Amino acid sequence: MAIAAKGPRTSDVVAQQLRGRSTDVKGIIFQAALLFALLLSLLILLVLIADVARGGLGVFQERGGEFLRGRLTVVSPTTAGVGQGIVGSLLLLIFVVLMAFPVGVAAAIYLEEYASDTRFNRFIDVNIRNLAGVPSIVYGLLGLVIFVQVLAPLTGGKTVMAGGLTLAILVLPIVIITSMEALRAVPDSIREAGFGVGATRWEVIRSHVLPAAAPGILTGTVLSISRAIGETAPLLVVGATTGLLATGGRGFFESFREGYTALPVVVFRWTSLPNEDFRALTSAAIIVLLIMTLSANAIAIILRNRYERKW
Amino acid sequence: METVTTDSPRNVHIDMGARKPNARPSGEPVFEVADLAVYYGPFRAIRDVSMSIAQHQITALIGPSGCGKTTMLRCFNRMNDLIEIARVEGSVRYHGADLYDKRVDPVEVRRRIGMVFQKPNPFPKSIYDNIAFGPKVAGFKGNLDDVVEESLQKAALWDEVRNRLKESAMGLSGGQQQRLCIARCIAVRPDVILMDEPCSALDPIATGRIEDLMQNLKDEFTIVVVTHNMQQAARVSDMTAFFTAEVNEEQDRRTGVLVEYDKTEQMFTNPSDERTENYVTGRFG
Repeated sequence: MAIAAKGPRTSDVVAQQLRGRSTDVKGIIFQAALLFALLLSLLILLVLIADVARGGLGVFQERGGEFLRGRLTVVSPTTAGVGQGIVGSLLLLIFVVLMAFPVGVAAAIYLEEYASDTRFNRFIDVNIRNLAGVPSIVYGLLGLVIFVQVLAPLTGGKTVMAGGLTLAILVLPIVIITSMEALRAVPDSIREAGFGVGATRWEVIRSHVLPAAAPGILTGTVLSISRAIGETAPLLVVGATTGLLATGGRGFFESFREGYTALPVVVFRWTSLPNEDFRALTSAAIIVLLIMTLSANAIAIILRNRYERKW
Repeated sequence: METVTTDSPRNVHIDMGARKPNARPSGEPVFEVADLAVYYGPFRAIRDVSMSIAQHQITALIGPSGCGKTTMLRCFNRMNDLIEIARVEGSVRYHGADLYDKRVDPVEVRRRIGMVFQKPNPFPKSIYDNIAFGPKVAGFKGNLDDVVEESLQKAALWDEVRNRLKESAMGLSGGQQQRLCIARCIAVRPDVILMDEPCSALDPIATGRIEDLMQNLKDEFTIVVVTHNMQQAARVSDMTAFFTAEVNEEQDRRTGVLVEYDKTEQMFTNPSDERTENYVTGRFG
C-alpha cells in the first residue's frame, strides 16, 4: 500500500491517457473542406433556381394557365406557350416507359438469374456498362438512321414514335444496369429457400426475387425517366420540331405518328432567340420541366414505399 | 452397381419395425451413395463416399470445417446444381432410383427432399405466405389454411404465431424463424428433410426446441442433419457419419472423406477408427 500511495493513482494515469490530443486540426480542416464542397454545389443549385424563378414566375402571374396551354411559336411572345411541349414530352415518356422498362428488366433478369458466367456473357455485361456512357447525341444519330429512315414505314419518319424509341434505347442500358444491381442485392439465401421447397427458377424469381428487387428496379427506372425528360440533343437529331407545330383534331394513337416537340426542345429554341421577351418564357418553361421531373420522382418514391410495406 | 456394401456403411440395416409399425419395411434405405465425388471446378471437395441412409432415422454428418459435410448434404437434393462449377461423380440412389439420371427434374427431387438451411432464411413475406408458397407451386388444390396450421403445429410454432399469421416473418426471433423454415419445409410433405447446421445461428434454448422437434418429426420424415456440434449429434441422431478433410499440400486444397459411419452410440463410445476417436473426444478439430 505504501508503494502504491507514493506514485500517482492508477485512475489518474488512465484518465490522463484517455484524454487524447487536445484538438485534431487535420480532422477539422478535412471536415470543413467536405462541408464547403457540399455547400458550393447546393449554392450553385440555389442560384440557378432563384434565377429561373425570378425570370419565370412573372409569366405565370401574368398569363397563368394560358401559358401552359399556349402553342410553340418564336414570333409572338405574348401568345407563345408550352402546351405542345408538355404533351410531346408526356407522349415520349409513354414510349420510354413502355419500351425501356419491360425490355430492360427482362434483360437484367436474364443476365443475373439465367445466364451462366461465360466469357461471352461477361463481355455483354461490360459493354452494357459502356453503352450507358455513350453520349446521347450518338443515340440521336442511331435513332435518325434506324427509326426515322430505315423504319420510316412503321414510325412515319420524324414522329413521336421515332423520338420515343430513340429515348428508350438511350435509357435502356441504365435500366438494365440498375435492375441488375437490384437483383444482385437480393440475398442468395432467398433463392435457395425457394428452390429448397421445390419451386422452379421462374417461380423463385417471380414470387421472391423480383418483389425483393422491385424497390431498386423502380428507383433505377425513375432515374432513367428523369434523364429522358431532360434530354434535348437526340431529339433535335431525330426531328423534334423547333418552330411552329401544326395541330389538328387528331386522336391519341394517330398522334404517335405526327410531328412533335418536347419541353427541353422548347427551352433550347427560346434560349437562342434574341428577343428579350422570350427570356422570361424560357425560365417559365424550365420551371414546368423541373416540376415534371420532380413529379416523376415523387410517383416512383410512392410506388417504392408501397412495395416495401408489403413485406 | 450395388456397391453400397463396400467398407464404410456398417450396421445401417438396423431394425426399426418394432418401434414404428407403420414404417416401410425395415432395412430399406432411402439413400444409397456409392463412390461419390464432388468437384468445384478442378478441385475435388469430397471423394469416395459410400453410405446408405435409413428411413425414419436421424442421420448426423459430423466433422471439422471444410470436410465436405455440407457438400455431401447438398448432393441429396441436387442443391449443388445451383453452383455452376459443381460436378458430381458416382451415384446417389433415392429409393433405388438414380438422382443424377439425365431425365430427373431437380425440382421434383426438391419437392420430395426438403431442406433447412444454416441461417434461417424466411421469405420477406408474411408467416402465412412463407408456408403457403411450397404447396402453391406444387399445385396443391385443397385448403391452404389447414396446411399452414398443420405445418406450424408440427413445427411447434403454431401457438406462438396463430394470431399474427399475416405479419412479416422477419419480425420473428431467430429460433422462431428457423422453426418457420422447418414448417415451410414440412408443408410440401417431403419424404426427407435435410438440415444444414440448423442450430448454428441459435441460442441454447432455441437449439433445444429444434432438437426436440427433430425427435418428433422423425416418425414421419427421414432426417439428415449436418452439425459441427458433436453433443448435438450425440443427442439427436441414430446414425452418425464422421467426415474429415485430407489436406493436399501442393494445391493447398482439402478433400473430404468419410472416415466412419455407424450407430451414434457406437461412434461416441467405441469408435473403430482412431481419427473418429480423436475427434469425438475433442483432441482434434
